[in-house]
Amino acid sequence: MGDLSDIKEREEKLQGMGTSLLRKEDAKFIRGQGAYIDDIKLPGMLFGAIVRSPYAHARIKSINKSKALATPGVVAVLVADDLKPVNLHWMPTVGGDVQAVLADKKVHFQLQEVAMVLASDRYAAYDGAAAVEVDYEELPAIIDPKKSLAKDAVIIREDIADKKEVGHGPRTHPNHIFTWEAGDKAAADAAFSGAAVTVREEILNPRVHPCPLETCGCVASFNKATGNLTLYVTSQVPHLLRTVLAMLSGIAESKIRVVGGDIGGGFGNKVPIYPGYVVATVASIVTGVPIKWIESRIDNISTTGFARDYHCVGELAADKDGRIKGLRFTAIADHGAFNSHVSASKLPAGLFSICTGSYAIPNAYCRVDAVYTNKAPGGVAYRCSLRVTEAVYLIERMMDVLAHKMGVDKAEIRRRNFVQPEQFPYTTAFGWTLDSGAYHTALEKVLKAVDYDGLRREQAAKRADPSSPTLMGIGIATFTEIVGAGPTKVCDILGIGLFDSCEIRVHPTGGVIARLGTMSQGQGHATTYAQIIATELGLPASDIVVEEGDTDKSPYGAGTWGSRSTPVSGAATAQAARKIKEKAKKIAAHLLEVAEGDLEWEIDRFKVKGNPSQAKTMKEICMVAHTGNLPAGMEQGLNAVTYYDPPNLTFPFGAYLCVVDIDKFTGEVKVRRFYALDDCGTRINPMIIEGQIHGGLTEAFAVAMGQQLPFDENGNHLGNSLLDYFLPTAMETPHWETDHTVTPCPHHPIGAKGVAESPHVGGIPCFSNAVIDAFAHLGISHMDMPHSAYRVWQQCNALGVNKR
Amino acid sequence: MAKTYKVAFKLNGKDVAAEVEPRELLIYTLREKLAHTGSHIGCETTHCGACTVDVDGMSVKACTVLTVQCDGSQLLTVEGLEQGGVLHALQQAFHEEHGLQCGYCTPGMLTRAYRLLQENPNPTEHDIRYGISGNLCRCTGYQNIVKAVQSAARKLTATAAKAA
Repeated sequence: MGDLSDIKEREEKLQGMGTSLLRKEDAKFIRGQGAYIDDIKLPGMLFGAIVRSPYAHARIKSINKSKALATPGVVAVLVADDLKPVNLHWMPTVGGDVQAVLADKKVHFQLQEVAMVLASDRYAAYDGAAAVEVDYEELPAIIDPKKSLAKDAVIIREDIADKKEVGHGPRTHPNHIFTWEAGDKAAADAAFSGAAVTVREEILNPRVHPCPLETCGCVASFNKATGNLTLYVTSQVPHLLRTVLAMLSGIAESKIRVVGGDIGGGFGNKVPIYPGYVVATVASIVTGVPIKWIESRIDNISTTGFARDYHCVGELAADKDGRIKGLRFTAIADHGAFNSHVSASKLPAGLFSICTGSYAIPNAYCRVDAVYTNKAPGGVAYRCSLRVTEAVYLIERMMDVLAHKMGVDKAEIRRRNFVQPEQFPYTTAFGWTLDSGAYHTALEKVLKAVDYDGLRREQAAKRADPSSPTLMGIGIATFTEIVGAGPTKVCDILGIGLFDSCEIRVHPTGGVIARLGTMSQGQGHATTYAQIIATELGLPASDIVVEEGDTDKSPYGAGTWGSRSTPVSGAATAQAARKIKEKAKKIAAHLLEVAEGDLEWEIDRFKVKGNPSQAKTMKEICMVAHTGNLPAGMEQGLNAVTYYDPPNLTFPFGAYLCVVDIDKFTGEVKVRRFYALDDCGTRINPMIIEGQIHGGLTEAFAVAMGQQLPFDENGNHLGNSLLDYFLPTAMETPHWETDHTVTPCPHHPIGAKGVAESPHVGGIPCFSNAVIDAFAHLGISHMDMPHSAYRVWQQCNALGVNKR
Repeated sequence: MAKTYKVAFKLNGKDVAAEVEPRELLIYTLREKLAHTGSHIGCETTHCGACTVDVDGMSVKACTVLTVQCDGSQLLTVEGLEQGGVLHALQQAFHEEHGLQCGYCTPGMLTRAYRLLQENPNPTEHDIRYGISGNLCRCTGYQNIVKAVQSAARKLTATAAKAA
């Protein structure tokens, strides 16, 4: 047994797991030396500006390029006809549909891509784009998804009108995409017909947009001499993008290099393959020079992957004690004009069936009907882990609706329905096996921290006082997330399993380089993965370099989205490190002339049991591994690569509580307190976790309190710039209080679950529940988001609470 | 071909010049012609603040300033904060307080916080939140940025006190 202070000192030197290690990434960012896509300049590079449709639904009668081509600086103008020779005017989507790259005879949503102008600089390109003349014949647009399936509805997708299915089963109407169901409808119906209490609510999850601070873009560079294509791009999924590009372009995948450099925020907005990337690539192939395309903010909000637009009906059936016996959740999903959203191929509605939440609900049924409208394509995005925001919003709202109907406290209704600790691993009625959880512990910790009983007493007093200028609301969300996609038998995109990878090389002098198939957009991977390896290998994190994003260097992976990095490539990292450690142990045994079984590992070295002065540090072994002094038959080197196929998804959870005070006369909602307790299993870097919670909660605040993408009946965007789209500033953003419990994941090598989307998933219903709770005593069971001051004022006014 | 003008100004203490059309925005000149890509573009409506620089002692959004307006001016960008290999207290504080994640808003935040502390060396939390309300961040939720500015303010005040 070593000296305890010596052990502690050696452990601290590693700065491994559990340490709030300051970030390695910061050094370049604080100096303005990040390499984002728009920072890239290549010799001979041209700039591409996209011409976009002003109409939501129209035929293209003609396109006149002549004035654009005569504009100074303009080199070329590409339209759909120019992409036909390479069959890239349409492209297949990961959703089983096809999507127009440049509009071919028809436009399907406002600001859809119609042409790309290539010019010597940005100004000339936009001058040229303004000079392209397009003659449109406007068609009626469908904006309300509830009207998409009307008998006489205009056909949006004439190109697939005769197709009986678009990747996910039979279509009932030209504007119908798919119907997906899960669970047992008969059992759920039976539970409802026998129930003591039933509740039903229509709940909208409005269309919003992730709006990362950096917009999407790329620099495509095709080398005519070598036939190599390099694409620098804002992509959260570099390897998947490379494979799809190979399939689309016919260029051998070994001759394509995709580089994700520094990305200014993703949040799911940078997963899809956008027409701009494809046109820029074709343009580079045609011209032989690099082509840069960077979209504007308005382009970004209007045309890239939006989120939600789920029009839901929630129903719960419970016994007289409020124990839920049946759940029926249905949704009309507005996917826009093309089904392009990211999801596992077998799960067209993503992981929506997590909607039984943290509760032991014996009978459940859900159905999603997806339809086309004349809006931008997308749906899965915005820190949602494949429709989990939609699912958790629905169940957490419905728990409050049930509590409200029964006059049961909103914390109590949850207690009565939680999956009990002894029930884990718990298989839900939809077939998901929740890996581990301690829901009661999390909730009680939060309620105690905020003095919940005291808050309810205060609320009761305020409700009894007619002169109180504010309405006080308390919102609770006890959510279970499902992240870490995922086991390849369930999760694939275009057939490619959602495994991930880590390759580690250890150098003779103890330095390490690790490369992974994931792709940070600010989550701190270079720091946290180094910490995992530091703890596993006993080498200091400061000597461990982590790289992602260059498909020439990194092993294959499915990228970073849906909080999958820690669960999947974090696991791969631990396992690759353990392969190295196993080999190192053999070398140590050889050097110390003992059997492997006589060795034990302590922090950074192998020691001989019972003879601790006989030891070899990992650092020493690094050098020996590159010499001839190895066990017979052993190859040199300390390297390993692991491709990890997770046995299950992971299920981080949390308990959030929000207190709001609503001004009766203005509708303004002040967030008095927000307490967020998260359980993500093993915590690798507490500082980074806290930062992720702050960020996710702020985005949740934005969604719940102000974000929407409204359209008029002709499909015109009514709020697609930052003039209208609500991005909270430091002034509106509340103060966040964070807390945690640790319930390790039993199937993960380091017990970690992933965390970064939890605050968004749990935060949105928590804010909503707080605002609605403020009106609960006046008979209000639901109010749709966003809870902007105007919309809340409308509720106050309708109830007459603003009358003096 | 539109008429161009020669514009000359000091950028982080160095003399620079550029030939620009009247319509050319400062952010474009900085990034495309003067190789200073630290300041970023995040919108086209003056909201996001990713382009914030310091012109003649004022925080300015470079996306809403024409380069011709800067003739003869003194500009400070994020690239000018580190002096002689020593990070500015704000840069160090952002690092220590985890005040950045993707880093895209960071140059604008730093430049804005620099001017904020020049004008108000001992800001309250409210002063800071109001002072950076023209700079959007999607990653951090601002809480650690506020802590970073507070930390830098304390350090700068202590350094000034020592020097006095």
